[in-house]
Amino acid sequence: MQTFDYVAAQTVDEAVSLLASKGDQARVLAGGTDLIVQLREGRRQLETVVDVKKIPEANVLSYDAQNGLHLGAAVACHRIYNDPVISKTYPGLMDAFTLIGGIQIQGRASVGGNLCNSSPAADSTPTLIAHRTMCVIAGPNGQRVVPVEQFCTAPGRNVLENGEFLLSLRVPAPPNNFGAHYLRFIPRNEMDIAVVGVGSSLMLGDDKSTVTDARIALGAVAPTPLVAVEAAAALVGKPISDDTIAAAASAAASIARPIDDMRGTVQQRIHLTGVLTRRTLQGALSRARGES
Amino acid sequence: MATRIHVQTTLNGEAAEFLCDSRQSLLEVLRDDLGFTGTKEGCSNGNCGACSLQIDGVLVDSCLVLAAEVDGKSVNTIEGLASPAQLHPLQQKFLEHAALQCGICTPGFIMAAKALLEKNPKPTEHEVRYWLAGNLCRCTGYDKIVRAVLDAAESMEASA
Amino acid sequence: MAEATAYQVIGTRPVRPDGADKVTGRAIYGADVRMPGMLHGKVLRSPHAHARIKSIDTSKAEALPGVKAVVTHKDLPEAPDKIANLGEGAVNLKFLSNNVLAQEKALYRGHAIAAVAAINVHVAEEAVNLIEVEYEVLPPVLTTPEAMQEGAPMLHAGMTTTSLGEKTDRESNVASHYRFTLGDVAEGFKQADLVIEREFDTATVHQGYIEPHNATAMWNEEGHVTIWTSTQGAFVVQKQSSEVLGIPVSQVSVIPAEIGGGFGGKIPVYLEPVAALLSRKTGHPVKLVMSRIEEFESTGPTPGSRLKVKMGATRDGRVVAAEASLAFEAGAFPGSPVGPGGMCIFAPYSFPNMQVDGYDVVVNKPKTTAYRAPGATNAAFASETIMDEFAEQLGIDPLQLRVMNGAKEGDRRVDGPTHPQIGFLETVHAALEHEHYNTPLEGPNRGRGVASGFWFNVGLQSSVVINVNSDGTVSLVEGSTDIGGTRASIAMQAAEVLGIPYESVRPTVAGTDGVGYTDVTGGSRTTFATGYAAYEAANDVVRQMKERLAERWSNEQEEGADALSAEDVTYSGGVFGCSKGADKAVSFQEMAELMPRTGGPISGRATVQPRGVGGAFATHIVDVEVDPDTGKVSILRYTAVQDVGKAIHPSYVEGQIQGGVTQGIGWALNETYMYREDGNMSNASFLDYRMPTCLDLPMIDAVLVEVPNPGHPFGVRGVGEVPIVPPPAAVANAIYRATGKRMTDLPMSPGYVLDKMRA
Ligand SMILES: Cc1cc2nc3c(=O)[nH]c(=O)nc-3n(C[C@H](O)[C@H](O)[C@H](O)COP(=O)(O)OP(=O)(O)OC[C@H]3O[C@@H](n4cnc5c(N)ncnc54)[C@H](O)[C@@H]3O)c2cc1C
Ligand code: FES
Ligand code: FES
Repeated sequence: MQTFDYVAAQTVDEAVSLLASKGDQARVLAGGTDLIVQLREGRRQLETVVDVKKIPEANVLSYDAQNGLHLGAAVACHRIYNDPVISKTYPGLMDAFTLIGGIQIQGRASVGGNLCNSSPAADSTPTLIAHRTMCVIAGPNGQRVVPVEQFCTAPGRNVLENGEFLLSLRVPAPPNNFGAHYLRFIPRNEMDIAVVGVGSSLMLGDDKSTVTDARIALGAVAPTPLVAVEAAAALVGKPISDDTIAAAASAAASIARPIDDMRGTVQQRIHLTGVLTRRTLQGALSRARGES
Repeated sequence: MATRIHVQTTLNGEAAEFLCDSRQSLLEVLRDDLGFTGTKEGCSNGNCGACSLQIDGVLVDSCLVLAAEVDGKSVNTIEGLASPAQLHPLQQKFLEHAALQCGICTPGFIMAAKALLEKNPKPTEHEVRYWLAGNLCRCTGYDKIVRAVLDAAESMEASA
Repeated sequence: MAEATAYQVIGTRPVRPDGADKVTGRAIYGADVRMPGMLHGKVLRSPHAHARIKSIDTSKAEALPGVKAVVTHKDLPEAPDKIANLGEGAVNLKFLSNNVLAQEKALYRGHAIAAVAAINVHVAEEAVNLIEVEYEVLPPVLTTPEAMQEGAPMLHAGMTTTSLGEKTDRESNVASHYRFTLGDVAEGFKQADLVIEREFDTATVHQGYIEPHNATAMWNEEGHVTIWTSTQGAFVVQKQSSEVLGIPVSQVSVIPAEIGGGFGGKIPVYLEPVAALLSRKTGHPVKLVMSRIEEFESTGPTPGSRLKVKMGATRDGRVVAAEASLAFEAGAFPGSPVGPGGMCIFAPYSFPNMQVDGYDVVVNKPKTTAYRAPGATNAAFASETIMDEFAEQLGIDPLQLRVMNGAKEGDRRVDGPTHPQIGFLETVHAALEHEHYNTPLEGPNRGRGVASGFWFNVGLQSSVVINVNSDGTVSLVEGSTDIGGTRASIAMQAAEVLGIPYESVRPTVAGTDGVGYTDVTGGSRTTFATGYAAYEAANDVVRQMKERLAERWSNEQEEGADALSAEDVTYSGGVFGCSKGADKAVSFQEMAELMPRTGGPISGRATVQPRGVGGAFATHIVDVEVDPDTGKVSILRYTAVQDVGKAIHPSYVEGQIQGGVTQGIGWALNETYMYREDGNMSNASFLDYRMPTCLDLPMIDAVLVEVPNPGHPFGVRGVGEVPIVPPPAAVANAIYRATGKRMTDLPMSPGYVLDKMRA
């Protein structure tokens, strides 16, 4: 590994000014489960590594029914799913946070890091999209907020500008009759990177059947996570049924534009997009109805 | 050139301090500089769990932790598990069940299982398998490891 | 002989002697070796799968502060183009040397080019990146069909095929071709009512031991080299290192550290000679440890293969002819296990007509090396699939079909030898009677498969010394490195003979200076052969004790009485007695105390080269469920029945079976080397080379059938290898029953199964 300066920033300002002064020679360290691997394999060379885990704002973890979830960017997965209220309130997020790596990885890996690493296959991004999450970004000009579906711009790239870093995520409190579900397909049962991942959410009317809102996001089938707008539209305003779910699944599959790589082929990924869309919608439905 | 970093930590309950390079992992410092070679290295990229240990009670892969990050934290390794008088029940059960063949994965599995039982003293077989999925063993087929952990849970429960 | 004997120690399940050290982290594995003044090394490896090395400039690396030495192939002596027998197989020394450090050509991605020693591993790594190598990149050949094509790029200029033992002048990447024949296959096929012919393709897979290769070497001022390393055999490292370094074996001492898995992969040397060269240049001990990427890219996987198998059966289920053509990837240098593959493919059966052709083909991949029952798993995948098709098409239970065709004592294998007392049919009957086989498998998308397998096991050479301590315990010194509890299984055999508790035997694994020649821990030979040596050495102790007591008791006798001889002294239940006259009783411990007064220390020794190796058979049952939407296969239940001869320590026997099955399941479902067109591997990590985790498996039921091996005093057969043989075929057969589709390729990954289902 190349040598670098390690700085544990104590405040937002300290981190911002370090990042601003070093440009692309500096990067944020959260759990390090991507960054340290990249440094060790020589895929990244840096002068400065800025540890943000000691910055209080990057470490918040709070929930209330008014403001929803406030999730510091550096909070590791295990802290989130070990919080009984949060894990019960957001089962659709926990689907993803409990399957990133194994337990050891979850002891370190942050949701912020997952997002900022901006891999098309990142597990938390589709479900964050399905939950209409907002990203709070700190930078030299103060803070700005970006919807999570606009955060990633290309594999490994995102909207963060020089000097900026992701401070926290804000996830709305789940409304009544809301349900979300995330599933990915992997050949093993754990310790694997998604061949395809799909996060879906549904909101039902009081009849617990009519879909009043839906969101479907796809991972690993394009350079960035995709929002399947037409697939969601196929559901909204109608009573949910196997047919509408099937229509949504094929609409989702039709926008997938994956690549062939060691994890899967184009055909396989398109097919799996349909399968997982259907399965996540079924899962989201039963959660929206309070059945699971 | 980065300067050497001074780190103060608690290692298996005792105060410890060391100097390290920023690029050194906790695993490397433990093994190469401090002589704590009980924590093993199988892949150095978070894929095998051989380097598992606890930092402030949280189970992590030490190959993916910079040594500099443990300043002010408490680190627990396999070397700190047994008391002078006796093995930890997990260690004892691993022996009784022949849950190790070559043994290179064993410290990692035992540290992972310890963290599991602290959180969930009565895990089901499925819970054990889920928790230990970050630890690879190529020798045993896991059968006897899972049995050893379940049996250790039972014996710890009984003596608690 | 074995059967009726009631053993005291054998068959029990004591805690292993090295156990406490291994569960506390105290045991010293190769990478744990630390020495004063020790330097750290790193190897520069080829980024190309096939390239001519035009020049290597090490000057910038040497100039980097902290760098102490750089070595390349130039630092090795010219290796002779000759075959040497290195324990578990013959090796051409030139190839061995070229694999350690490439000479003219880089023959695979990851081929070692140069190495650096520096004050720490980070500096060594930086220095490696400063070495400038000029390559002329050549087109790679990655598969056997490509390599066998007319006009394919040649790996080794001028290499010609050795066919049926004769050197030909055909220039080719096919290093050799053999043929085994028994009976007349053409005649056999004429009798067949049903003939099935299929082609199979199996992927390159890795042994996947968790501990990377490592070596620490010190070349001292007197020219003596000491090597600390994790190896399956200290003597084999000694021999290979001395050949590569061009120094006598007497100048090389090898001290085996604890070893974190091998499965055949820790027999060849990769790092040891390099560490030695670096030590000679620096005057310091030098340690080298591989990264996981190096493990995948640079150490022996087991070959991918193309298999064509044709078998014919009569309507009533007699297989009358079987023919196979096996092409195995040797990797960059000749020497794939296509031979053993051909010997094993039909070995569970007594087919009257058989023929096997085997081709050893070089390709631009790392040189393959042994992996648990090398060659047999590839081969059985093909033959056991066709056996299943026969069963299905003829309407015969697949296990009954095996009963009808199963090999027995006296039946001949295709490669010549006849089976001695074997337990194949016993495994099939045990499977037939097992509750698993008799419990209906219910639910959609599920299927049950069975398959059998054979591995011959090996004997080779072992040495053991047993020193008696004054308190009645013994120290046992052996040379087999302990990868899975063999200290225990060897000590148990000694304890049984000595009539003392297992705890009274303290086993130690010694290096090349501490014990007589001992071959590798491999080929399922350790509990058999080193155990045999322990048995003999223990008997040697008992014999010496008897002699001493005979003399002592003779002296105590009345004047004129006939002198007693050792034959007059009995030993049973840990007590020596006299079969003539006087009522004597001396315990082992009392005898031990008597040593200083009866002639001094007692040391039993034995060196063995046992011939009575017993082959091992296994029959497996597996239930799977296939996700119809994704093609993903889940293993629901697994039962492995195996003839284990005599289980010395049943827990470790079960463990060998469970581990072998798991590797076989990994091979079946997901493990594979994925290559880009340029010959670079794209999945060289444990994340993407998907070995099973514990969440991918159920408990694995190991059923021990004990048909004693007459060639071993306790009936031991090797048990470690055959369990990997049946799983891919058993899983494929189960997938067929679940989906109606025959699998012909490994791995049967979700994408592959899905394609088959949707085809
Ligand atoms: C064995 C293993 C298994 C894995 N399995 C999965 C999996 O199943 N699913 C999955 O999605 N991922 C997986 N990963 C990848 C990784 O664990 C996740 O992406 C993880 O969430 C990253 O979080 P981190 O805190 O460790 O990030 P880090 O490694 O610290 O950072 C990741 C990247 O984001 C940047 N960054 C981090 N935080 C910020 C911030 N606040 N502001 C700006 N930039 C920031 C860093 O500079 C770096 O480039 C796996 C990794 C390993 C080693
Ligand atoms: S060495 Fe850390 S996970 Fe493998
Ligand atoms: S016992 Fe060898 S890897 Fe687990």
